Amino acid sequence: MLDGVTRTFPGVRGGAPTIALQPVSLDVADNDFITILGPSGCGKSTLLRIVAGLDAPTAGKVLLDGAPVTGPGRDRGMVFQSYTLFPWLTVEENIRFGLREQAMPIARQREIASHYVERVGLAGFERHYPKMLSGGMQQRTAIARALANDPKILLLDEPFGALDHQTRGLMQELLLGIWEAERKTVLFVTHDIEEAIFMANRVVVMTARPGRVKDDVPVSLPHPRHYTLKTSADFSALKARLTEEIRVEALQTQPVSPVPLAR
Amino acid sequence: MTPLEPIGAGRKVLLGVAFFVLFLALWSAVTFGGFVQRTFLADPLTMLHEGWSLFTRFGFARDVGITVWRVLGGFVLAAVVAVPLGIAMGAYKPIEAFFEPFVSFARYLPASAFIPLLILWAGIGELQKLLVIFIGSFFQIVLMVAVIVGGTRRDLVEAAYTLGANANGVVRRVLLPNAAPAIAESLRLVLGWAWTYVIVAELIGASSGIGHMITDSQALLNTGQIIFGIIVIGIIGLVSDFAFKRANQSLFPWSAR
Repeated sequence: MLDGVTRTFPGVRGGAPTIALQPVSLDVADNDFITILGPSGCGKSTLLRIVAGLDAPTAGKVLLDGAPVTGPGRDRGMVFQSYTLFPWLTVEENIRFGLREQAMPIARQREIASHYVERVGLAGFERHYPKMLSGGMQQRTAIARALANDPKILLLDEPFGALDHQTRGLMQELLLGIWEAERKTVLFVTHDIEEAIFMANRVVVMTARPGRVKDDVPVSLPHPRHYTLKTSADFSALKARLTEEIRVEALQTQPVSPVPLAR
Repeated sequence: MTPLEPIGAGRKVLLGVAFFVLFLALWSAVTFGGFVQRTFLADPLTMLHEGWSLFTRFGFARDVGITVWRVLGGFVLAAVVAVPLGIAMGAYKPIEAFFEPFVSFARYLPASAFIPLLILWAGIGELQKLLVIFIGSFFQIVLMVAVIVGGTRRDLVEAAYTLGANANGVVRRVLLPNAAPAIAESLRLVLGWAWTYVIVAELIGASSGIGHMITDSQALLNTGQIIFGIIVIGIIGLVSDFAFKRANQSLFPWSAR
């Protein structure tokens, strides 16, 4: 599905161009839940933005069911790390945004919206404006808004990155529950190793910049998954392995040993 | 006092009123105390008395009405053209590149300096007054609206695209609603400036309006009437500002504050 995707950013003020992504190729099967794990600045968000059509690859191409991606579209739903609900719309209106854009009959829009409101546990908050919601509730709405469009693939760019630890754990279970029930194809970018393993059936590990695929690790832990899984032996073994892989990469950009002071 | 610490509603009103009282007390002190000659500055009571006679004997209500009409007329005309143009400039960069340099230049041309020219072109009738306000408001509104629309958060626009919106949908359903409260707020500001232009326009070549009354009173050395006229402008400004604020709050309940 991703074929030799490369992205180079032009140099700033005459500087050398920045290579964000070396050729990345990735095949995504239907109903896969793939997490893309990498140190910060490795280009994993750039990769996701290219799949979304918000950024264009310098070389290579992205194919969705054989058709090349040329720009953003509703067949690829996206949830951003920043809170991107439309502040002038209520929760319910936010979820219907994409449906309204399709000129779907209003009754059907409401039906779909109420299904997803229910699904993400926001019943009773339909008429709230985003500023009245907590961060976790805003991201639930954002997930519902993306799912309501019935995309072929759901793209998530560190969606829980701004949330506190407890909320994050609950959101992981919520999203996993939805995936187990509705079987969507998901690409999920994160720098959190535990999150990457817990959510995925495949963890794609990326190198430090310029990013490329370093490892592709299947996660065969059974479904439905429960938070207690995070303390199981299999989980810990995987976590130890991935921690080591990521640490090597992170070290390349941020040495741990103190830099000696020049005298 | 702690920085940024909010204060209670009661204290807020009290402090706001306190300054008016202080101001009035100071004014009374210098006028009644005989520190300033009556010819140059009327005392508050004379001012009120003159104001009363303005309404009862000189038909001042009509002047106020005409001035309000001119401000609103010129302002609405300017807004009706400037807001859509500003939105187009904010949304589409080629349009902005085309108009922005000229608008930025024209913004610095003082509306009052156009008055002699406008009198030549449009005479001393209502059209000339409206044009002064139009020129004074139009370019300001265009630039402010363009900046507001152009400053829309990119991630909101991107979210709309991933939800299947096209360029047209992004303008109508993201840029416009997102910018609406700030546009309304900038209109409120410009309306305040429009009040300055109208008085200047009425000082020169007018036969009615608050500004005209002020010039007449100057010839008669009636400082009481002048001050009353100025205060009336202030009060109308305050009322319209308050109405604008209220309207904004009820139109955009989702907006901050």
